[in-house]
Amino acid sequence: MNQPIIQIKDLCKSYPSKKGAAVALEHINLDIYPGEIFGIIGMSGAGKSTLVRCINFLEKPTSGTVIFDGQDLSKLSSKELCKARQSMGMIFQQFNLLMQRTALQNICFPMEIAGIKKEEALKRARELLKLVDMENKEDSYPSQLSGGQKQRVAIARALATNPKVLLCDEATSALDPKTTRAILNLLKDISKRLGITVIIITHEMAVIEEVCQKVAIIDNHVIAETGTVAEVFSRPKQDATKRLVYPEDRKLPDFNAARCFRLIFDGTSAMEPVISNMIMDCKTPVNILAADTRVMEGQTFGQMIIQIPEQTSQINLERILVYLDNKHVQAEEVSGCLNLKS
Amino acid sequence: MFEPEIINMITENFGVSIYMVVVSTLFSYLLGLPLGVILVVTAPGGLKPMPFFNQVLGVIVNLLRSVPFLILLFVIMPFTQFVTGSSFGANATIVPLVVSAAPFVARLIESSFKEIDFGVIEAAQSMGASNWQIITKVMLPESKPSLLVGSAIAATTILGYSAMAGVVGGGGLGDIAIRYGFYRYQNDLMYVCVILLVIITQIIQEAGLRIANKTDKRLH
Ligand SMILES: Nc1ncnc2c1ncn2[C@@H]1O[C@H](COP(=O)(O)OP(=O)(O)OP(=O)(O)O)[C@@H](O)[C@H]1O
Ligand SMILES: [Mg+2]
Repeated sequence: MNQPIIQIKDLCKSYPSKKGAAVALEHINLDIYPGEIFGIIGMSGAGKSTLVRCINFLEKPTSGTVIFDGQDLSKLSSKELCKARQSMGMIFQQFNLLMQRTALQNICFPMEIAGIKKEEALKRARELLKLVDMENKEDSYPSQLSGGQKQRVAIARALATNPKVLLCDEATSALDPKTTRAILNLLKDISKRLGITVIIITHEMAVIEEVCQKVAIIDNHVIAETGTVAEVFSRPKQDATKRLVYPEDRKLPDFNAARCFRLIFDGTSAMEPVISNMIMDCKTPVNILAADTRVMEGQTFGQMIIQIPEQTSQINLERILVYLDNKHVQAEEVSGCLNLKS
Repeated sequence: MFEPEIINMITENFGVSIYMVVVSTLFSYLLGLPLGVILVVTAPGGLKPMPFFNQVLGVIVNLLRSVPFLILLFVIMPFTQFVTGSSFGANATIVPLVVSAAPFVARLIESSFKEIDFGVIEAAQSMGASNWQIITKVMLPESKPSLLVGSAIAATTILGYSAMAGVVGGGGLGDIAIRYGFYRYQNDLMYVCVILLVIITQIIQEAGLRIANKTDKRLH
């Protein structure tokens, strides 16, 4: 397998405070590979922003380091660090555009810093405006743009110096759901077209599901779990992950009926009508009491609670179980109080 | 109402007042701008935190600002004499005006810079901007409107101080107001000078605000 573009190695960060040190990150280890869209998700205060700022050394880690594209960032002089940062674009929740510059001038800004010639910078800036679908707004000031438009300009600006990595800290958290989706699709498209590695920091599951291939769950300053999105979200192992995947407010009601079964889908084809076929094949109606499933990359993940009627014969019941087993859907009998979390 | 030579004197000293304000403001910014930048950059949480140095500098600036202008004017007279070769007249007034206004300008600049959203500076850092680039390409241009308003405040304050220097024959409208109005009881002449001073203040203040608003891209 190819080399990671970013390697976070045993990174710790604490802030000095009156009562000793306030820990923000503890022993973080992550490998991020070229071209990936990597999500980092966690609750507020978990340390996400600190982590993303450590990746480009806006925050110096207390210990541990980051290897970016083969260079150990902790070993670079401040001049070399500036140079390395030109290969890492960053976008923010609050956009952070220069208010006294037009969209076009904002995109030229990182190129000015990198010492790129003016005409060349202007040419590239116009291309980038086109890439983010904003070519008719080049002379608008940020105060004349909507949030989504500002983020588009910010993305174009972050891409101006041809970075290898794009860091996004809550880039869509200030936007409405529709604009969020548009921006996420833009990021996905850019990653695919330009081969850029994208790191997305968010507290929203939906953002990760929409665009990320890999995810790391950060909880209480440590990485609780990491892996592909499908893996981590379908079989959450850690409590922190379970809390994210099945938040309290999505807890299903209690069931007190007999012959209830919990079906666990972890990767059955979303195209196949499993339950419907089962009902027809086994000639037994079932009652779906609750379901919490999601589709990722064409596969269904999640759980469902069904109730099989009292009068169903033992044979039919067994048929059902065999059928489900063949479809790789786990079934287990449950009764009394339950919810989908456990 | 006034003799021609009085009118002449007023016009002449009107020019002297303007001259003192313009030159003093320029020099105050020449000293105060770097001083203000250093105050912001070395502050805790600044681009290059140097807490001890910052504190010392802050105390010096406060000391200079807390000395009343008239006292400062007398205290630094030997210095003024050394620099301009004279201890009265317009040029001699400019020296204490600059010494007094530069620390004030530094604080104005400091407060303008502190209005800048830190996120914008962080964004520039994430692009690999050096501290110098951040000062020249982010902090100064982004706070331009606020700096312009500040410069109008500085100029009007300097105008007020320059009038005070009239007490020691500093030249300008304040000088006439004190010499003729106060010592010789020519109240009408004093009023004319005061009204002219008020008008200049108004014009500077208005112009500063208007230019600031016009150049501020956040507003339209
Ligand atoms: N400059 C700082 N000084 C002291 N403590 C800090 C500083 N920045 C962050 N922290 C602390 O570090 C911890 C992690 O903060 P961080 O901003 O990384 O959280 P986050 O996961 O980004 O949260 P959110 O989702 O609310 O943005 C918090 O407990 C916070 O109080
Ligand atoms: Mg954050």
